[in-house]
Amino acid sequence: MPSPLLPIRISDLRLVKGDRAVLAGINLTIGEPGITVIMGPNGAGKTLLLRCLHGLIKPDQGQITLGQLSVTDSRDQQAMVFQHPVLLRRTALQNLAFAVPEIARSEPQRLLRALESVHLADRADQPARMMSGGEQQRLALARALLSKPALLLLDEATASLDPASVLLIESLVKTQSAQGTKVILVSHDQGQARRLADDVVFISGGQVAEQSPANQFFTAPETPVAKAYLAGEILL
Amino acid sequence: MNALAEAFRLIITLDADLFEILWLSIRVSLIALAISAVISLPLGTWLAITKFPGRKFCILVLNALMGMPPVVVGLLVYLLLSRSGPLGWMGLLYTPSAMIIAQAVLITPIIAALSNQVIENLHQEYRDTFYSMGVTGRRAVVAYLVDARYALTTCILAGFGRAIAEVGAVIIVGGNIDHLTRVMTTAIALETSKGNLTLALSLGTVLLVLSLLINALVIGVREYAAKRQYA
Amino acid sequence: MKHLVLLIALTFSTQTLADTIIVQSTTSTQNSGLYDYLLPILKKDTGVQVNIVAVGTGQAINNAMRCDGDMLLVHARSVEETFVAEGYGEYRRNLMYNDFVIIGPEADPANVAGSRDVNEVLLRIVQAGAKFASRGDDSGTHKKERSLWQAAAIDPDTGSGQWYLETGSGMGATLNTGVSLGAYVMTDRATWIAFANKQDSTILFEGKPALFNQYGVIPVNADKCPNVNREAAETFTQWLLSETGQAAIGSYQVEGKQLFFPNANDNLNSSIELK
Repeated sequence: MPSPLLPIRISDLRLVKGDRAVLAGINLTIGEPGITVIMGPNGAGKTLLLRCLHGLIKPDQGQITLGQLSVTDSRDQQAMVFQHPVLLRRTALQNLAFAVPEIARSEPQRLLRALESVHLADRADQPARMMSGGEQQRLALARALLSKPALLLLDEATASLDPASVLLIESLVKTQSAQGTKVILVSHDQGQARRLADDVVFISGGQVAEQSPANQFFTAPETPVAKAYLAGEILL
Repeated sequence: MNALAEAFRLIITLDADLFEILWLSIRVSLIALAISAVISLPLGTWLAITKFPGRKFCILVLNALMGMPPVVVGLLVYLLLSRSGPLGWMGLLYTPSAMIIAQAVLITPIIAALSNQVIENLHQEYRDTFYSMGVTGRRAVVAYLVDARYALTTCILAGFGRAIAEVGAVIIVGGNIDHLTRVMTTAIALETSKGNLTLALSLGTVLLVLSLLINALVIGVREYAAKRQYA
Repeated sequence: MKHLVLLIALTFSTQTLADTIIVQSTTSTQNSGLYDYLLPILKKDTGVQVNIVAVGTGQAINNAMRCDGDMLLVHARSVEETFVAEGYGEYRRNLMYNDFVIIGPEADPANVAGSRDVNEVLLRIVQAGAKFASRGDDSGTHKKERSLWQAAAIDPDTGSGQWYLETGSGMGATLNTGVSLGAYVMTDRATWIAFANKQDSTILFEGKPALFNQYGVIPVNADKCPNVNREAAETFTQWLLSETGQAAIGSYQVEGKQLFFPNANDNLNSSIELK
């Protein structure tokens, strides 16, 4: 079942911070299911684009539609995992229960299964914030997936995590995508992008520089800036 | 030194008058605290997480009210509760209820302003996640109150300390009536005016010990919270 | 919010009791311990529970004018009579008397002890450049003290903050200030005798008619203040004026000294003999 929030159409998205256009007219259509990886140098506007999609930032100008819906109307079908997981000052299980109170009431065993899926079943009653960074991010992902989102956004969610957590999160994201959830993921990690991406959106200077299927992007990028980036020549 | 010895004697002999006064002090301040907390914690939280025009001004007023002299609070509550005042028909003047109201009025802005700052910090952290999870309104307020519980406990204890040490307001609205509205602070004021400085000081020592216990509790709560990553 | 107020009202509703009254009182009667002595006797005799709010006479009268009391027990006769004349009080009766005294450091730097009368006392204080601590709070004692300055044709306000120190506080607080500063203070005798922080101050001048201190008692007028507990206030007033009450007042002693002299029968008090 394809995600009801497709296609995602973004037209002429602009955002000015101070006197700098951090989003300088983004035009983008994402029509295919699967995993879209947004790449680009630091400060290109990747995270801002993701936050606009989620409704965390109101752009100064431009349109976003997801399927037939606006950002606001699609919000309860979206979920987002941030770079730094924010967990409540409660136990792991209570963190899940807080995110989905109805499920916690009607099918509490689903919460336990969610904990199992991120290998945290034995940590259910531990204070979430005493867990390691990788464990916290796994819990945040489990929390995001419990609402069965049609669109899952990940903002450098595995940056600086332990390798085991990274692999576990990647496999869960893949599974989720296979079940029909559209995934959009911002990543700096080229290895991860190669492992996960079905297609890549390359952003530079607040604009879309290139949008290609993954194998094409990594083998033969069209733009010089993407080429330079893949070659590791652009760090900033 | 005499005062210390006298304070010690009053405590170990379970002096009946002392314990009556002490118990009334604690009871009045606890009830005032309960009433104040029910109002001030949600208010402080709501002001921290809701955007509306005039919000900054509200917080400014709240902070200004923190410094309101107790005597002024006492006077306002007195005029309100006076038999010729708007609430005179309730017959509350010169009762412990009047003292409770005065203390509640006095500490509500304090707890609200302190909790507002606590919640504002937490809101910085939680805002995006709560938005993402669609947590708003009453659910958000409750979640903030629950998650900030340890920090808020210290706000509340600060309010209690202020309430129980306060004399200016309660002496006006309570009248310092023996066996009815005489609390630790008004008893100290009375004994001072009678020239019984040693007794006054020993009562003060008892109050100080109470304050020490409260502050020890605050520190204990903080340490516990920090240790368990709840702070 | 309304529920909350009612809840507190229920938590402590004491004032609605039929036989409880509030007496707005001068501080000297409380600080001297008179009420601690009288009220248990009254309770046994009549069952009336009296709650004392001890403030200065001026504040007591103001509070009573706002109906925040069922009775007045104060000591500023002219103000009391005005209070009754304006309809706030039912009537006024003499209750008891004692006298004011001038206290100061034993060394008596202004040598007031040898004065012939109060005028001379005040004059010597001013001339010696000594300090004088005044209540400054519109109380009965304060009014009395101001009338003495006036009689001596001295305006102490010109020295306000220098030698004339207005504490704006009760008798006890003013005595604490005066004693600490080695200042002269005019105080009622009862408060002074019961005062426990005398240090090296002592009575230096006393026993002149000008220092007479009359206490009066006034039930608050129920026509002005419908909330007053007229019956219980009347019971207390009449008990105070009765032989039992007067005898009780006369028998109260601190350190072997009688503090108040009952005189309910003398409503002229033309020539009270001072001890």
